Amino acid sequence: MSTQKQKQTEESSEETAIETETSSHQQRRLDEKAARKADREAQRQAAEESLDDEETVKLKVFRFDPEVPEKEEPRFDTFVVPFHKGMTVLDALIYARDHYDSSLTFRHSCQQAICGSDALFVNGRQRLGCKTQLADLDGPVRIEPLPHAEVVKDLVVDMEHFYDQMEAVEPFFDADELPDDELEEQRQDRQNREKIKMSTRCIWCGACMSSCNIAAGDNEYLGPAAINKAYRFAMDEREGEDRKEERMRIVEQEHGVWRCQTQFSCTEVCPKDIPLTEHIQELKREAVKNNLKFW
Amino acid sequence: MSQRYNRGAVEDFGRWREFSAGMWAWIFHKFTGWVLVGYLFTHIAVLSTATSGAAAYTGTIRTLESLLIVRLLEVGLLAVAVFHILNGVRLLFVDLGVGLTSQDRSFYASLILTGAITVASVPTFLAGAV
Repeated sequence: MSTQKQKQTEESSEETAIETETSSHQQRRLDEKAARKADREAQRQAAEESLDDEETVKLKVFRFDPEVPEKEEPRFDTFVVPFHKGMTVLDALIYARDHYDSSLTFRHSCQQAICGSDALFVNGRQRLGCKTQLADLDGPVRIEPLPHAEVVKDLVVDMEHFYDQMEAVEPFFDADELPDDELEEQRQDRQNREKIKMSTRCIWCGACMSSCNIAAGDNEYLGPAAINKAYRFAMDEREGEDRKEERMRIVEQEHGVWRCQTQFSCTEVCPKDIPLTEHIQELKREAVKNNLKFW
Repeated sequence: MSQRYNRGAVEDFGRWREFSAGMWAWIFHKFTGWVLVGYLFTHIAVLSTATSGAAAYTGTIRTLESLLIVRLLEVGLLAVAVFHILNGVRLLFVDLGVGLTSQDRSFYASLILTGAITVASVPTFLAGAV
């Protein structure tokens, strides 16, 4: 850490020295930079032209970088990428980044719909880049960052708020009573497992939260993913009644389940096919059952 | 998850073409609900003419019913009310957790039924006016 700081100060002092000395160095560097840029552009054009007899896909990718003055204004870049059978949106983005523009920024990791890092807005819908086949899309494929989230750069959005909401529902197994023997299994019966099966599949990609226009207007709303998480544990019979009551107290608040207006947007876009609206509705009924008494 | 600057095409209003069934159902339900609230006021206004005598009320109704535009608005009102009722029933089922997987089909069904009832009502509403 300390060495880094030192380096930085050294660099900045160097820069000021150069600036005060003369601008010729800077001019030379800028010229070189412009030449490199022209070279890259020529290479890119040549690469794109060489694809003429191949099957290609046209991508229109959202670009934005608040740290570079020229890129502050959001714009769309077009990339022509060679198509191969089984190619996904993420594959195409990776190709564009590796061959055309190394500054193209997007999150990806496992590339098999498990890590949940590449939820994107593709052709007007929240989808996982690695799970969306290009063959299923009409071209040109428009790729944008998730709506209703702050863009950090290009296709990367700030997920902090989403993670806050997820953590608000205490997304961890926490049984009332633990077995006497520490190593003993905590078994769940098959029916109960089946009941929560779909809700356990959430990969925290944030597609549902981005598609929900209630969550877009109400920052306090837990959102579909967090409520689904709450469902997963509240419905788990191993946790016991007391813990379930605590969990219900979190979701049955005004900005919990009751903000859902059953637009089914989240259920529609969920890449893991979790019936989110169904789970939210079940928690609503559960909340009513707990609070409505006729005696 | 609000954001602080204009993202151009991402936030474009033209995106309504990409809405799915559940979203349309929500929008139509809100719209018809507001129309019905608005109608409630005119309804009360017309009925309240009866407080100044039976003749005043009959006169008001006769004048209104002689106007073609009122007849057309009545057809529209029926369409709005029928859709709101049918979609309301759909939402009751959604709240009960019944048939959530066919929520889009039940929306289309309520649309078609609304259309059919509206068309069937046209002769009754426009009788003598055209």
